[in-house]
Amino acid sequence: MNKHLISAADLTKDDALLILDTAEELARVSERSIKKLPTLRGRTVVNLFFEDSTRTRISFEAAAKRLSADVINFSAKGSSVSKGESLKDTALTLEAMGADAVVIRHGASGAPHRLANWVRGSVVNAGDGTHEHPTQALLDAFSMRRRLGSLEGRKVTIVGDVLHSRVARSNVLLLSTLGADVTLVAPPTLLPVSVDTWPCAVSYDLDAVLPKSDVVMMLRVQKERMNAAYFPSEREYSRRYGLDRERFAKLPEEAIVMHPGPMNRGMEIAAEVADSPRSTIVEQVANGVTTRMAVLYLLLGGEI
Amino acid sequence: MLIRNVRVLGGEPTDILIEDGVITALGPGLETTGEVVDGQGAIALPGLVDLHTHLREPGREDAETVRTGTQSAARGGYTAVHAMANTMPVADTAGVVEQVWRLGQESGYCDVQPVGAVTVGLEGRQLAELGAMADSAARVRVFSDDGKCVDDAVLMRRALEYVKAFDGVVAQHAQEPKLTAGAQMNEGVVSGRLGLAGWPAVAEEAIIARDCLLAAHVGSRLHVCHVSTAGSVEIIRWAKSKGWNVTAEVTPHHLLLTDELVEESPNGPYNPIYKVNPPLRTHEDVAALREALADGTIDVVATDHAPHPVEDKETEWAAAAMGMIGLETALSVVQEAMVDTGLLDWAGVAERMSAAPARIGRLSGHGRPLEVGAPANIVLYDPTARTEIHPAQFASKSRNTPYEGLSLPGKVVATFLRGKPTVLEGKLA
Repeated sequence: MNKHLISAADLTKDDALLILDTAEELARVSERSIKKLPTLRGRTVVNLFFEDSTRTRISFEAAAKRLSADVINFSAKGSSVSKGESLKDTALTLEAMGADAVVIRHGASGAPHRLANWVRGSVVNAGDGTHEHPTQALLDAFSMRRRLGSLEGRKVTIVGDVLHSRVARSNVLLLSTLGADVTLVAPPTLLPVSVDTWPCAVSYDLDAVLPKSDVVMMLRVQKERMNAAYFPSEREYSRRYGLDRERFAKLPEEAIVMHPGPMNRGMEIAAEVADSPRSTIVEQVANGVTTRMAVLYLLLGGEI
Repeated sequence: MLIRNVRVLGGEPTDILIEDGVITALGPGLETTGEVVDGQGAIALPGLVDLHTHLREPGREDAETVRTGTQSAARGGYTAVHAMANTMPVADTAGVVEQVWRLGQESGYCDVQPVGAVTVGLEGRQLAELGAMADSAARVRVFSDDGKCVDDAVLMRRALEYVKAFDGVVAQHAQEPKLTAGAQMNEGVVSGRLGLAGWPAVAEEAIIARDCLLAAHVGSRLHVCHVSTAGSVEIIRWAKSKGWNVTAEVTPHHLLLTDELVEESPNGPYNPIYKVNPPLRTHEDVAALREALADGTIDVVATDHAPHPVEDKETEWAAAAMGMIGLETALSVVQEAMVDTGLLDWAGVAERMSAAPARIGRLSGHGRPLEVGAPANIVLYDPTARTEIHPAQFASKSRNTPYEGLSLPGKVVATFLRGKPTVLEGKLA
């Protein structure tokens, strides 16, 4: 495995399977009453969050703590530039503190790559701008595998704002590495112009794709897209691309519904669908911790 | 002064005699009692003229000053540069352009011809006092809001019309602002993968098409700054075929580099050293730009030398400043992209990097062929040398070159400004 986890493209199929298998083993720890392992004792993991994301931060924090690492939360709201300190200076500060791993969430695409130039420890991308969110893709794959078994040949449909979605980018890369067939569904305005070069299929028609899907992953639609003419109205978006009860009924019996959260209930996903037994949305949160434990464990070379 | 053993435009070895800043004799075997410079078979070209330079003074002297910028220009073989107007304060009054012009005179390394802003403060609302700048000591003929596009069609029309009174030209930075709001790099395969907001080619092409039509309508001169797409080339070719008075420039970096460098480079992905406006485009665009420069659709190579201090580039991509320095590498890059590929000969290089920019900028003392009676603005260039690019060796105050560590062909051996050496043996004289 690479020293860093910045893009899902950094992972070979063997790497990805190793992470998922390791997460499976670590999941058993989470089921114990004492959830802690001593493997990363004495190692320091810094959570460097330039964007608010309580869910992702506590997920990484729980993962590191269950492995007995020392965790430092460094919250730098807003951009480093507006704060006056550059990302480089922040990096040098962390370096001086002896961080073994830096988990970074940043609003600028590519910030983790830049950080990796300035720190010696491992860099884990916890979401960078509209680029990638590889641990989300790993936990999604883990969740799918738990429900469906091997992902080889599985049909995964990702619906929504692909253009601005780091979750979609990482999922397309990881799922194609793992042999799944991915189809992206979105209004054409919310797809990159070059999407035909991605390792996946593309459709504008959700109803046509649903009956052939093993997994439907709904992406969050950001409020700010609504004022930028990406689609005419919330209502029209919901009608054409939302997963409501009628559409849900078109899915095959075994198919599952996913969402990286936070959801807009009633917009991209109906409440009944989100709360149905075929939704993995709550499991995804739990699986996030074990998957991130596996990533930290493997990057920092701990021992079970 | 006698320059011995040089090949004018790459021709047969000859000597050039200079007296009182003017070429007084040309031919083999000339003698003098004065100073002699041995050209050692270097190519002699008319001193280069840059139509697009950011000298940053006044306001950003931490990035460049007129002095360091003109030293950088001399090192690159330039004897005149057009200093862009986006300084602080903006060069939108006779006072500021005269200040820049005077600083150029004092520096003595090359002539500085200020460019005046088209609109007050580059804000695109109200015309700057174009006539006052034209009539000032700086004799401004090129007007540009470079860095920003004059996107208001009426204002652009008025500017084009107004400058006819003093034979001016509007140099447009063609970038439709709404199509490029927040844009970070060329919109295409790489931007999609990297999740960087795309800068579509159409944002450049739509403005160029509109401006060509406007220039034709009012019968004025339009110059298009830093053309970067194959589509822009097609539009300009079409406008020229109509006989319209449209000229265009391309930067050295757009002749050599592509947007793939943003994803994969020796410095890792997202290195803002490759962040520039207009953005680096694709291989197809580079090929079209080279072809257009060869066939004359694009008239000029202009550097868009844009110095930035280290801290403005050592950041995450979105926070970084846009621009690259280019004065000291321009001729080498043009050799690599155009001469060594057989697309342009040295006479062509002289036309595109000296004669044409001087003509467009109405600089009578520059861009003249090296012949008896012409001002002795001369660059001696050894195309057989290879230079590894080390930014620390630049005369420019800034280091933001995309060519660091690359080996490029050729080396500027000497530069003469009206007979006075500004560079000798590759070093500032």
